[in-house]
Amino acid sequence: MSESMQTLEEHTRSDYKYGFTSNIESDVIPKGLSEDVVRLISQKKNEPEWLTEWRLAAYRHWLGMTEPKWPNVHYPPIDYQDIIYYAAPKKKEQLKSLDEVDPELLETFNKLGIPLDEQKLLAGVAVDAVLDSVSVKTTYKEKLSELGIIFSSFSEAVREHPELIRKYLGSVVPPTDNYFAALNSAVFSDGSFVYIPKGVRCPMELSTYFRINERNTGQFERTLIVAEEGSYVSYLEGCTAPMRDENQLHAAVVELYALDEATIKYSTVQNWYPGDKEGKGGIYNFVTKRGLCAGRNSKITWTQVETGSAITWKYPSCVLRGDNSVGEFYSVAVTNNYQQADTGTKMVHLGKNTRSTIISKGISAGFSNNSYRGLVKVGKKAENAHNFSQCDSLLMGDKCGAHTFPYLEVENKTARVEHEATTSKIGEDQLFYLMQRGLSEEDAVNMIVNGYCKEVFNELPMEFAVEAQKLLAISLEGSVG
Amino acid sequence: MLIIKDLKVSVEEKEILQGINLEVKPGEVHAIMGPNGSGKSTLANVLAGREEYVATSGSVLYQGENLLEKEVDERAQAGIFLAFQYPVEIPGVSTANFLKSTVNAVRKAQGKEELNAVQMLRLMRDKIKMVGMDEKLLQRSLNEGFSGGEKKRSEMLQMALLEPRLAILDETDSGLDIDALRIVADAVNQLRSADRSFIIVTHYQRLLNYIVPDYVHVLYKGRIVKSGDKSLAMQLEEQGYDWIKEEADSVASL
Ligand SMILES: Nc1ncnc2c1ncn2[C@@H]1O[C@H](COP(=O)(O)OP(=O)(O)OP(=O)(O)O)[C@@H](O)[C@H]1O
Ligand SMILES: [Mg+2]
Repeated sequence: MSESMQTLEEHTRSDYKYGFTSNIESDVIPKGLSEDVVRLISQKKNEPEWLTEWRLAAYRHWLGMTEPKWPNVHYPPIDYQDIIYYAAPKKKEQLKSLDEVDPELLETFNKLGIPLDEQKLLAGVAVDAVLDSVSVKTTYKEKLSELGIIFSSFSEAVREHPELIRKYLGSVVPPTDNYFAALNSAVFSDGSFVYIPKGVRCPMELSTYFRINERNTGQFERTLIVAEEGSYVSYLEGCTAPMRDENQLHAAVVELYALDEATIKYSTVQNWYPGDKEGKGGIYNFVTKRGLCAGRNSKITWTQVETGSAITWKYPSCVLRGDNSVGEFYSVAVTNNYQQADTGTKMVHLGKNTRSTIISKGISAGFSNNSYRGLVKVGKKAENAHNFSQCDSLLMGDKCGAHTFPYLEVENKTARVEHEATTSKIGEDQLFYLMQRGLSEEDAVNMIVNGYCKEVFNELPMEFAVEAQKLLAISLEGSVG
Repeated sequence: MLIIKDLKVSVEEKEILQGINLEVKPGEVHAIMGPNGSGKSTLANVLAGREEYVATSGSVLYQGENLLEKEVDERAQAGIFLAFQYPVEIPGVSTANFLKSTVNAVRKAQGKEELNAVQMLRLMRDKIKMVGMDEKLLQRSLNEGFSGGEKKRSEMLQMALLEPRLAILDETDSGLDIDALRIVADAVNQLRSADRSFIIVTHYQRLLNYIVPDYVHVLYKGRIVKSGDKSLAMQLEEQGYDWIKEEADSVASL
């Protein structure tokens, strides 16, 4: 191995900047899972009877399921009785203003660069902050509600808009969909709910910030976004967790529902704690994300930048049911040290003239393993469906792996499906060129990697793109100075 | 400025440079000529610090310091610039962004203040004119899909922006049309100064009509076998390398 590859490898041994823990008083239930625990969670959240039953049905179904073994990832068996399914920062009954929020908690989000004080917020971004199992604060709510937009924590939505929740909950990802979705349906604690009324263009980015703080807890949040006819919303999701030696499970469900002419843009910057350099600890990120383009001319775009987690297992997907609907998936997945990622998308074409685009950029460093897994399915009635997929892998060093698993199921002869894939190593000659112009090795690597991810970053809202670039630099940065 | 003493260089265990001696003083222009595969690019690369090119013996002093122990970026920051024979493409990195980063990286390393966006734009406009480059290239990915001539002009633009102390041009004239050749030569001539030196690798005497060198060296089989002034280049143009090869080979076989 050449010397510059060695330093490259050192570069890619990064330090996690969000690994601190906060001393926040919590209301924690005992470890373990049973019908009683499911009931207890539902009760803690004062949920209506139907929702308790919905959870229990999911739980009973889950009991009969087995954990999927097909992803290209490896981990010791998870003991589901060794997980805490509910942890909430202790607080007064109802928060009236920010003054009532635990200062330690505000400080936690400040440290993460997510000030919850509206005066200090970036103009144009409304934030829902979720710590462990509950939402602690949603900003800009009043302003949004003037337009009829609902942006609240999931629990609050259950209380205040039960009819909407009942109508849409599980309509895109049924509780029986898969092992982790069923588990989530049984024990989900909080998350965000967004409803954009007919014809409304949401004037700001909506954003949820997820943070795991408690030890031994799992995080099981649910996000539901409903965009009525002709509406538009752009939604951002960010996440971090403290550094701990044990693995922690994060099994979220995200459902997007787009009606006629509606557009939903969903962007994720996932930076859960990835574990240490030896692969100890880190988050298991087993997530089900799906969008339904239910209406004509509707559009759903998933953009994800995945840098964190010990294991990532997720396939943000689009079901293109409405005629002329459009699904897009733009992804950057970075794995380093001993991280494993099996991620990609499913594009299910059901309506006529439906179009989908998949741009996936994998970056593997260290001893990591990075797989793209994607399904393009064209149903019998999907006349003139069109898919374009491009899956690129970039390898840094020679101890990491990159894999591509594209699946195709086409039942309509008029479909056009194009797939391109490349695998490349970060070029010594590119590094030499940039360094010959005076850039440090680290800056040169970042420049090359950012260039490689450009198509995806272009899809992110401005502030998020900058954030993503920084994150990428951190993920690949090393102790070499 | 630069003193090379008995420098031997290997690539993948194969000795390519077999003892180079060369001194370049401030303000001088040295032309290096020689048949294909004689080691010209190797010399350029080893000076710039390319890793595969391993100096097995000899020494290189640059501004009084041991050049060979410096990293690639340190050399660049100390004023060594290599215009590449084959500039690489870097997808997704806009030329403008790249130029800004390099100019400021070098300025910072030299203890100068970094340029702000406005100053940078002014500087770029200025230098772009000097090398006759199309401003639109700034928005494109670095070197990606650039024509041969565009790549070479972009190299000259970078040289003009970075203001090196020692510029090494590896066949910058190859593949250029007559007009482009003049522009490259003009750029070099404008940058010529008492404290800036050039090593110009070329196959053609034509370039040396525009950039008049102080010395011309002929590299053959990893050695400088002949040195002279610009008249040597003319002689080579007329007679080819055979006479030099014969001379050198007969000396070697003694
Ligand atoms: N990376 C490398 N690996 C193996 N051999 C190399 C490498 N670089 C150069 N060489 C060999 O070293 C010798 C000199 O090459 P070099 O590129 O320095 O020649 P040159 O004088 O620049 O030739 P040209 O006029 O064709 O550009 C050649 O035989 C070449 O094949
Ligand atoms: Mg050459």
